[in-house]
Amino acid sequence: MIAFILRRLLQSIAVLLAVGLVAFSLFRYVGDPINAMVGQDTSMEDRALLREKLGLNDSPPVQFLRFVSNAARGNFGLSYRTSEPVGRMIFERVPATLELAFCAAIFVLFVGVPMGVYTGLYPKHWSSRLLQTVSLLGVSLPPFLLGILLILVFAVMLHWLPSFGRGQTVQIGWWTTNFLTISGLKALILPSITLGLFQLTLIMRLVRSEMLEVMRTDYIKFGRARGLSNRAINFGHALKNTLVPVITVMGLQLGTLIAFAIVTETVFAWPGVGQLFLQSVQFSDIPVMAAYLLLIALLFVVINLIVDLLYFVVDPRLRSQGGAARVAGH
Amino acid sequence: MAMQQPATTSWLHRVTDSDVWWSFKSSPTTVAAALATLFIFLMAFLAPLLAPHTPFDPATLSLSDGLKPPVLISSDGEWTFPLGTDDQGRDVLSSIMYGTRLSLIVGFASVIVAMLIGITLGLVSGYFGGVVDAVIMRVADVQLTFPAILVALLIDGVVRGIISVQRHDEIAIFVIVGAIGLSFWVQYARTVRGSVLVEKNKEYVQAARVIGLSPVLIMVRHVLPNVTGPVLVIATINLGLAIITEATLSFLGVGLPSTEPSLGTLIRLGNEVLQSGDWWITVFPGITLAALVLAVNLLGDWLRDALNPKLR
Repeated sequence: MIAFILRRLLQSIAVLLAVGLVAFSLFRYVGDPINAMVGQDTSMEDRALLREKLGLNDSPPVQFLRFVSNAARGNFGLSYRTSEPVGRMIFERVPATLELAFCAAIFVLFVGVPMGVYTGLYPKHWSSRLLQTVSLLGVSLPPFLLGILLILVFAVMLHWLPSFGRGQTVQIGWWTTNFLTISGLKALILPSITLGLFQLTLIMRLVRSEMLEVMRTDYIKFGRARGLSNRAINFGHALKNTLVPVITVMGLQLGTLIAFAIVTETVFAWPGVGQLFLQSVQFSDIPVMAAYLLLIALLFVVINLIVDLLYFVVDPRLRSQGGAARVAGH
Repeated sequence: MAMQQPATTSWLHRVTDSDVWWSFKSSPTTVAAALATLFIFLMAFLAPLLAPHTPFDPATLSLSDGLKPPVLISSDGEWTFPLGTDDQGRDVLSSIMYGTRLSLIVGFASVIVAMLIGITLGLVSGYFGGVVDAVIMRVADVQLTFPAILVALLIDGVVRGIISVQRHDEIAIFVIVGAIGLSFWVQYARTVRGSVLVEKNKEYVQAARVIGLSPVLIMVRHVLPNVTGPVLVIATINLGLAIITEATLSFLGVGLPSTEPSLGTLIRLGNEVLQSGDWWITVFPGITLAALVLAVNLLGDWLRDALNPKLR
């Protein structure tokens, strides 16, 4: 298991370096960093001097190494748009995005999984069929449209919930949180549903088909023969065995979640990292784009590592020797 | 002419006798989806003939027609504007028809771009193997983890960095087609590569090589026909995805400009006045988009099952 984790770590570093190379190329070759920094009346000599001072005349490999070591310390240079340090701009917005993603994940797990179990246990019941049909609609509705419809109904027509922003937030150290005020909690509801609904329908369908499969197996029959309660069979034995594919898909869905976060944050004017990225695309603010790209890559690598470790937690068979080889088969 | 008649009927017979047609006929959902798709396509491509107004010709607009509600909902509506008008006095129905046309054009064009890139790289990767294959497939792996919208946003941001703003609006449609195309090629490349690996060691390909056909000819004429089915399925499913991606990008304000609005741009423009309660400007293009995507997705699902005998 240690060897497996070490190998995974090495692969992760390779992926990060590859994405770093893309980010560096963007940074270095799209537009001229000097033009972005100085005014129009700067003389050619001053520009050349600045170029030399910033090390832009060094060979590309040297520049790349410098870029990587700066990035590792959280230093991504200054934004072309606001001239603030990019690292701090992103850092300030991370709590908003993470709290939104956390609430969406809670929504997906605590609504999607029970719905999947229910429709899997009673596939013929009319309410299961209704849920199936509705979930098909959920997959076809682009998240930005869902967000707009939710705003229209719950904010514009009913005035129940706010349509934009985080509401009142409380500062704890450098972290700003929504969880401690009523308006903050109310502001979280619509964006979390918008962000989570697609994943919810996906998880529901997945748990359903896995449950249908598992309920046919022998150990469920033996469990009944032993006189276990329905509750123990459904949740203790059946659901537990559907978890491996659910974890895999949740890990694979991370990319979609990040893309949807950009959209959701834009619809609800949520001051998170995704909104910052979109603004940087519109202004071609390359340093912010490059930093965001690296941040996403890091997130992917960390989540994939966690997913791999979770397999060992939910599936005891993998904890034995050579288990790592079988993980790849899932 | 007499010779041609039997040829057409036998072609028709081949279609109506086939398994695919049977599975199409026996699924009411699929027939409904096909009819809905056909209806939306006709509405969109015949927009210049059918649309009651030309919404993006400023000469025909009048601000006094602005913000009229849909005719069935409020007595303020007028029959010339059945779904109401937006704040500039543009007819919502006509805007939707022209917008759907643009959405479909971008969707089809980007699927074709993705298909061309994917098929070429897949053929090259599978046929030549070695370092070329390794490089292409690693790039594909990395790109697969990044969602299409993110890739398209990055490409768009880079293009904005290279060219000026006015130029960008002029070529926006090409940028967006290229960006979506570049973000969807991986699936085609993988499918094509897989079947090239299977086919290239078969005797007929070896025979073609022995008689001295060029690799390009072997790939296009002999290997490629084997992957038409799967490629068609991926293309249909990708069409829905491409339409959603374009709409999302346009909604985010990095897609088509408001002078040439697609469905996504219309929804964005409507969203800007949503707070005042003029819901019809947003909701009708939204319903059209959702219906179009749902219908295309249902067709794609059916095609996948119908062309894959293993699933039956």
